[in-house]
Amino acid sequence: MQSKLKRVDFIFSSNEESKKVLLKTFRKTREEILDELITSRLKGRGGAGFSTGMKWKFAKSEVADQKYIICNADEGEPGTFKDRKILDKALFKVLGGMAIAGKVVGANKGFIYLRGEYKFLVPQLKEGISDFHKLLKNELDFDFNIEIFLGSGSYICGEETALIESMEGKRGEPRNKPPFPTQYGYLGKPTVVNNVETLALVMMVCQVEAENFKKLGIHDSTGSKLFSISGDTPKSGIYELEFGMSLIDFVEEFGDGDTKSVQVGGASGFCVPRKKFETTTIGYKEDLDGDSLPTGGSMMLFNSSRSMYNVLHNYLEFFTNESCGQCTPCRIGCQQLLKGIKAIKRGDKSEEYLKQLLELTDTMKLTSKCGLGQSVANSFSSIVENFREEMIY
Amino acid sequence: MEIKALIFKLAEKYGRKRENLIPILQGVVQEERYISDEAMVEIARQLDISAAQVYGTCTFYSFLNTKPKGKYIIRVCETIVCDMRGKKEVISTLEDLLKIKIGETTHNKRFSLLKTECLGWCHKGPVMLVNDEVYTELTPEKIRNIIAKYKENIN
Amino acid sequence: MTDTVKIKIDGIEVKLEKNASILDAAKQLNIKIPTLCHHEDLCVAGNCRVCVVEQEGVHNLVPSCSTPALDGMIIHTMTPKVRKARKDLIALLVSEHNTQCTTCYRSKNCELQDLAAEYNIDNEVYLSVLKPSKVDRSSWSIEKDDSKCIRCQRCVRTCAELQHVNALDVAYRGKDMKISTFMDLHMNEVVCVNCGQCIIHCPTGALTERRYYDNIWDAIGDPKKHVIINTAPSVRVALGETLGFPVGTRVTKKMVTALKKIGFDAVLDTDFAADVTILEEGHELLHRLKRVFVDKEKVSLPMITSCSPGWVKFIEHMYPNYLSHLSTCKSPQQMFGALAKTYYAKKKGIDPKDIVSVAGMPCSAKKYEANRPEMKSSGYNDVDAGLTTREIGHMIKETGVDFLSLEETEFDSLMGESSGAGVIFGATGGVMEAALRTVYEVVTGREVPFKNLNITPVRGLKGVKEATIKIENCVPAFSFLEGVELKIAIAHGLINARIVMDQVEKGTSPYHFIEIMACPGGCIGGGGQPIPTNCEIRQKRIDAIYEEDANMPVRKSHEVKEVQELYRDFLKEPLGQKSHHLLHTKYTKRNRY
Repeated sequence: MQSKLKRVDFIFSSNEESKKVLLKTFRKTREEILDELITSRLKGRGGAGFSTGMKWKFAKSEVADQKYIICNADEGEPGTFKDRKILDKALFKVLGGMAIAGKVVGANKGFIYLRGEYKFLVPQLKEGISDFHKLLKNELDFDFNIEIFLGSGSYICGEETALIESMEGKRGEPRNKPPFPTQYGYLGKPTVVNNVETLALVMMVCQVEAENFKKLGIHDSTGSKLFSISGDTPKSGIYELEFGMSLIDFVEEFGDGDTKSVQVGGASGFCVPRKKFETTTIGYKEDLDGDSLPTGGSMMLFNSSRSMYNVLHNYLEFFTNESCGQCTPCRIGCQQLLKGIKAIKRGDKSEEYLKQLLELTDTMKLTSKCGLGQSVANSFSSIVENFREEMIY
Repeated sequence: MEIKALIFKLAEKYGRKRENLIPILQGVVQEERYISDEAMVEIARQLDISAAQVYGTCTFYSFLNTKPKGKYIIRVCETIVCDMRGKKEVISTLEDLLKIKIGETTHNKRFSLLKTECLGWCHKGPVMLVNDEVYTELTPEKIRNIIAKYKENIN
Repeated sequence: MTDTVKIKIDGIEVKLEKNASILDAAKQLNIKIPTLCHHEDLCVAGNCRVCVVEQEGVHNLVPSCSTPALDGMIIHTMTPKVRKARKDLIALLVSEHNTQCTTCYRSKNCELQDLAAEYNIDNEVYLSVLKPSKVDRSSWSIEKDDSKCIRCQRCVRTCAELQHVNALDVAYRGKDMKISTFMDLHMNEVVCVNCGQCIIHCPTGALTERRYYDNIWDAIGDPKKHVIINTAPSVRVALGETLGFPVGTRVTKKMVTALKKIGFDAVLDTDFAADVTILEEGHELLHRLKRVFVDKEKVSLPMITSCSPGWVKFIEHMYPNYLSHLSTCKSPQQMFGALAKTYYAKKKGIDPKDIVSVAGMPCSAKKYEANRPEMKSSGYNDVDAGLTTREIGHMIKETGVDFLSLEETEFDSLMGESSGAGVIFGATGGVMEAALRTVYEVVTGREVPFKNLNITPVRGLKGVKEATIKIENCVPAFSFLEGVELKIAIAHGLINARIVMDQVEKGTSPYHFIEIMACPGGCIGGGGQPIPTNCEIRQKRIDAIYEEDANMPVRKSHEVKEVQELYRDFLKEPLGQKSHHLLHTKYTKRNRY
């Protein structure tokens, strides 16, 4: 059967072409590049989905003696491994995206915040960066210096303000927003933090131009997306697909024939049960009808042999350990959810208590300081509501 | 190298501002596998921040150990996909081979066995890190070979 | 761009300065939004989340403390959505809390307890996630009980922003996140200076002073013991707050009555010792100046006051190479103690071993100070116990007396008479002002040239204050100071102490004499004072202190009759041999890290 999914082959395409794109882009003005990017409606690929062009625009409009571009390579969402491969195979595109960001925003300093678990990549990254510096100097006469900052084992540092705190030598505790990093970022200076894939896609926009970029995907979910596919699938790996696919088409292609649910967006994403595959689209919520799910690209498939209680338990242990602990709803809420589902499973708490816990996830969503605490509700409620029996018996 | 000399060297290399703290801590872990209280005090002195601040930062990050660890730190991914693909067997194999439990260090200070969150190799699980090295698609057989290699590798 | 913004809260429009928060706006309208991690002395944290409100057009609730008010915002502080979330957050905090409130020292003065009561929290809603922990009672001054900690980080911010000590920080993360010292060491093993600012900024009973008043009740009940108490100037302007009086009420004479009812054999005045301190310290300053100007010796200047035991421990840790700048004078508490078991004992014909000497202090560091090994110059513990203003409040409550309607009593004698100069020790700048009132007169034979003796440039809440006083027409003995411009500075709060000490360290300090107090506002804002303490309250207590001074018949230390008698009958002269033995001390170098 013909696959209904549209494969895209940009990110891992030839880096030679990318070099030409970079040289071409640097001949444009900052404003032209920014316009192109805003027109493309490229959104951040880390999961939050903020308009990349707008982010750059905010940082560009700030007046400061120093600005920074940070590539967020703290890929820690369970089930996500695309950024590692991009850095491994398509580093040039990422560095190109950073340099373009530097030009547009007016920054001459960039960092790659690389998660500690990917330390083995450092030697090759250093080599790539060194070559890239030469290119910038010799062929573009552009003063832009990129350094690697190595993380030390903390999921929350993928949150952009926690990442900045971490770079400042502190505990990775997310900041209050506002002010946003584009106003007050690393060392108090305007800072753009973009995901690895986003920066690579900037090169795609520059290569194919906004109008063509927009032809991929649907509505505001434009372009292609890398998916990290794992779990009960014969085809686990990384795939670049057009944005806006239907989950049923996805499962047809990647499922093992017995797919019970798909976790879209990792532990902080949503669990979609079989009965909703048909009505679920992968893309940003505000511009799609029906169930639509944004994602950083993690797709974990579970077949009917899996206990969804175990899955949820695993996520909650993860959140309980990886919460920074500073704000009440996230620190205590995660512990209560974990302790709560255990108590229900053991029979120490009645089934009714699930309702209390679901209400708690509402509070966590409404009041947590950052995306971690806010998104625990996603997996919790989607698993508990769709697999209620598994939670109790 | 004596710890004070090491920290001095690292401070010279990275700088003495707060934003240089984490590279310095990583440098100590690289050499010593953990950051002792003596090291933390010395880092505080070099950066002129309080020792409590150094400690607070260390304890936030999983890789900045403040307790002694073995020469080879094994971190087994415990995230859901690795769990589904046989994490439990990986851990029991390691526990049997090393005769320690998760969280412990062997008597000869050669191996520490820890759990960790997603290592970013879900398509090739189960996986583990040994120091900075990744090992994927683990089987008991593979694990025995890997451990044998590290046991032999005296230096 | 305009400098003001207009927002609407609960249907009422309010105009605000730019950068004000939603919380500020609500305060302006007298709308109460509950807070826990917020304290006006400290930077905004936005941790506890109980101050969340609803902003029209925004799905998630926003924390009012950290969200700036932007033009046109429409805010609702009490919708069902807000109330439910808030109640849930409080219930979560309760689930992590040791809820044995009936036995908690902070019961009825606890912000979590108040909120839990206001929102009628059901303790059964959530399972307990309280972590096992041990109460740390290692310090003489501060007790740390993690089971009562709500992790708001007010103590951490206090220790960093107000005091720049950083003995406490946040450690670990997630469920294990806690407030910790370096390596979870005991409080007495780290750089803590015992100032107790963390205590008065703690919303719950997680940080409290070590309490010793049970021992005092025992001593009072022992007929063989002669139990005396001296009370510091700041106690009399703050104690009323714990007993139903408005902030800033002077309750000196009611306090004396109440302490007598408790059963103290004599109620005496620390101000007496403060006046003695002025004579000793004033002469020490003149002595140092003489060695510089006349003998051309190298002497450590500026000389810095040593009344504040939090400050003393701070300099011992942070600037151990500059201890020679500290005045060798003991603090008034310790001078009092040393004199109580020598001079007082002799005059009263009481065996000093039977005297129990208690100090009523606005301070937690005084408890540590009383137990320093140097503080046994009488041959006994010079001070047997230091009690905070709060502990004294508790003792008075235990007696059941109606403090509000209590009759008034004067301090006992001996060592109960004092001057207004002794009183103002309680406010930042007070020691300096008291010293100047005496020193200037000793040197010139004339009163300080300020109206009503009020040296206003040294008063007020500015972090570092400085002044210059030109000395002219000296008496012959001090002709070496003719024309000298005496440069002085005052710092309060240890972050400000750092500023003046960094100058000393660099060798650029222009001053001759510096007063430093560990606590913001001086002793009236001490770690042993009633909770809450904030800027407005500090100012009211300061106003009361100066009012007390203005109403004293004697305003200068050297004019106090009992002080004059002390020198005539016992000490002979300031800086004399006896003084040296009883009233002066040495300091210890400590680790900075």
